[in-house]
Amino acid sequence: MRALREVQEDLRGGRTTVAAVAQMALDRIAAAAQLNAVVCARPEATLSDAASVDAHRQAGETLPLAGLTLIVKDNIAQQGWPLTCASRILGDFISPYDATAVQRLRDAGAVVVGRANMDEFGMGSSTEFSRFGSARNPHDPTRVAGGSSGGSAAAVAAGLCHAALGTDTGGSVRQPAAFCGVYGLKPTYGRVSRYGLVAFASSLDQIGVLAGCPEELLAVFRAMAGKDPRDETSEEAPLPDDDLSINLSGLKIGLPREYYGEGLSPEIRRDIERLQERLRSLGADVKEISLSHTRYAIPAYYIVANAEASSNLARYDGVRYGRRAAQYETLEQLYVRSRSEGFGDEVKRRIMLGTYALSAGYYEAYYARAQKVRRLIRDEFLAAFADVDVMLTPTTPMPAFKLGEKLDDPLAMYLSDVFTTPASLAGIPALSIPIGKTAEGLPIAAQLLGPHFSEGLLLKTAKYIELNCGFGQ
Amino acid sequence: MNYIPVIGLEVHAQLSTRSKAFCSCATDYGAPPNSQTCPICQGMPGVLPVLNREMAGLAMRLALAVGSKIRRVSQFARKNYFYPDLPKGYQISQYDQPLAEGGALEFDHDGAEKSVRIRRIHLEEDAGKSFHLDAGSTLVDLNRCGVPLVEIVSEPDLTSPQEARAYLNGLKRLLEHLQICSGDMEKGALRCDANVSLQDPASGEFGTATEVKNLNSFRSVQRALEYEVFRQAAVLTAGGKVVRETLLWDEAADEARPMRRKEAAHDYRYFPEPDLVLLEICEARLEEVRANLPELPRRRAKRFVRQYGIHPAQAEILCDQAGLADYYEAVIAAGGSALHSANLMLVDVLRHLKERGISIEEFALSPPMLAGLAKLMGEGILSAGLAREVFQEMLTTGHDAAQIVQRRGISLVGDEDAILPLIGQVLDENPSEVARYLSGETKLSRFFMGRLMKLMGGQGDPAKISLLLDRELQKRKA
Repeated sequence: MRALREVQEDLRGGRTTVAAVAQMALDRIAAAAQLNAVVCARPEATLSDAASVDAHRQAGETLPLAGLTLIVKDNIAQQGWPLTCASRILGDFISPYDATAVQRLRDAGAVVVGRANMDEFGMGSSTEFSRFGSARNPHDPTRVAGGSSGGSAAAVAAGLCHAALGTDTGGSVRQPAAFCGVYGLKPTYGRVSRYGLVAFASSLDQIGVLAGCPEELLAVFRAMAGKDPRDETSEEAPLPDDDLSINLSGLKIGLPREYYGEGLSPEIRRDIERLQERLRSLGADVKEISLSHTRYAIPAYYIVANAEASSNLARYDGVRYGRRAAQYETLEQLYVRSRSEGFGDEVKRRIMLGTYALSAGYYEAYYARAQKVRRLIRDEFLAAFADVDVMLTPTTPMPAFKLGEKLDDPLAMYLSDVFTTPASLAGIPALSIPIGKTAEGLPIAAQLLGPHFSEGLLLKTAKYIELNCGFGQ
Repeated sequence: MNYIPVIGLEVHAQLSTRSKAFCSCATDYGAPPNSQTCPICQGMPGVLPVLNREMAGLAMRLALAVGSKIRRVSQFARKNYFYPDLPKGYQISQYDQPLAEGGALEFDHDGAEKSVRIRRIHLEEDAGKSFHLDAGSTLVDLNRCGVPLVEIVSEPDLTSPQEARAYLNGLKRLLEHLQICSGDMEKGALRCDANVSLQDPASGEFGTATEVKNLNSFRSVQRALEYEVFRQAAVLTAGGKVVRETLLWDEAADEARPMRRKEAAHDYRYFPEPDLVLLEICEARLEEVRANLPELPRRRAKRFVRQYGIHPAQAEILCDQAGLADYYEAVIAAGGSALHSANLMLVDVLRHLKERGISIEEFALSPPMLAGLAKLMGEGILSAGLAREVFQEMLTTGHDAAQIVQRRGISLVGDEDAILPLIGQVLDENPSEVARYLSGETKLSRFFMGRLMKLMGGQGDPAKISLLLDRELQKRKA
């Protein structure tokens, strides 16, 4: 897609309309069907929304996101559009209401051009667990786009839209952003309202943004972040300003050694180390630090997330909405058959693990303990941020893997989240930025971490890196 | 062997808030099915609960009234189970950090003052209602889903089914007085489960407890407890053991049957509700609620006896509902005498309310109107009988008592000169009755009074007439 800034100049100059921009996006989506990134498009609705934005502009209203085309992950509610979470169990459910984030973006003039493919209910790291089939990586269609927001990342990477909404519980915005070579932000927990985000793990979920450049990501973030009375866990905090300039000298950048151990792909290691050197030479204070609790993040995450998920997914029972089993004789059969037929295997695995972790006699040993470990991980981050301003880590241990490569080994799939889950547990903001390519042309990324509510600092640092560190797409 | 019943009650009371616990839907009873729902209480994908602060305030009122210790910070928890009338697949409740613990409910039973300890008071949301049809299908109405509840768990301090009923009555009265809950069991505003076991009086050993559910009226509570106490005693006397189980009370069949093991055995997998922040109660709010606590019913009844000189039994009935007690005091404030007003209310007003099936709030006469009637009784212008007639006429015409009395020309005939000739007439006309009266059948004075009142067209001060009648009768002895 053409840069939003240029589109908005053309809009102001009367050389284009939002409707024309939206139509271009719809054409590109149709032409890119083989990526399987977009699973639902409603051209009439999209063009009608676009016309409405044009009318508001004619009337003299300033809409900060007019001209921005947006794709929404299929687990975020939008009134009148299907809401499937890539699961059969939701059948042909149409959402009766808007997620707050979507409503705010539409109010700011953004136009939704489609809904993105994903791993079922956000559970996966490859967008291969989807009722719509796998999404493909635009850089190499034999490889995964990442997950669970694979469709969102692929769409942005393929230029089908300016920005996309994804959701990040343990890395599901950042990892696909890394695999597809785009920017992906997981905001501070509580920054963006979860009202309308189909819950996977309530204490971890956040709506995140994927975009092709820091400016456009920031614009979307600013329009949708902020306290929502419909979400008690949302927080009031000042928005980052829209100026992305930063004076790097003296910026303290921590490198947690636990993220640079074995198992990191050599090409990723090479590119990050090159970046570290470049930043040092430009005046940043780059130093090694230690976050010793890092290795407990994955087990703590999977216990907390699966436990909360087992409860959040109880409502999908075929009784009120979605798909109900065709044959049943008793209530129990209605439940068992609807859920067995409707949920994919990965979802069932996690529900079972989560139910077990909460069951009588095990709560203390698993969920309660995992929450305590989580507290320690968070405290460790906060203590470290007393000494550094941001941290720089890889986003993933490896670049995009081949379709089907990790399907037989769920645990191997989980381990690809090793660098992203700690920030989720701590609730701190995290931004994945593209920094290079492998020899095969696969995107390489790094991750910036900051204290709570420091999205502005992360995006400024990302912009600086984009301008001065010689990597870019 | 006289086993001692050991009974605890778990009461769920619907809080009279304007909207539901976690969304802004209305909570009115009797609305068309599924007309008071929204995506939040329907458990749609992606929705979130938001705490209704009014709910916490009402529960705090109760906790303060029974002397419970209120937690400054309490937490909501999810109680997970599958049932069609529980759309989310979990109920938002409280688990190990309830709103309040401790305290006691005081009530009267068997002429004595009782006190039952409260174990805990906590907040939760109600589930919807299921209607099981004969064809084996079920209808679900989610109007009730999400209505705020307060759960009140007592310690097992109750020692008889009758006492348990009295406790429940006392609790209902308190809830109604505090304006927290209507207390209407028929409408499901108040629900009760019981835990029952028997204690061996000789050894002091406590027995295994069973749980009895589906108690839909005060009568059911007492009946079910009587049934279960009897049943457990029979088991123990025969040398058997009471099995820990849950029983469902069947009102029609007058028996309790065990629930199937599967139905009863639940692991609720409680964990803290991640979508709601901690409920923090500040000192200022607590003081505000405390300062605004209304006078509690038992204290009010005692004050009525002291202040107005009415009989304790009368005070009990008047204070059974806050509305009645309020009305009574308003009548006195408007000038009605305490005793006449009490009589009017306890006889005429209550009968009228019952006949019409209305509440005191819907009663057509205002307190000043009733006070007007009571005043005329106090001045001797109206006898009780006449007052009754005037009361009815006030209801049908809407006029006040003074207007009606004036229009009908009722005035007190208490003048001796007017009465004596009439007494003479009655006694002259009934010589044999006079003779029988004078030889000991003093009950005949009623016969004479009847004749007299008929002659006087119902007017007159009965007390005065009676006095004169006695005097004239005595004169005839000679």
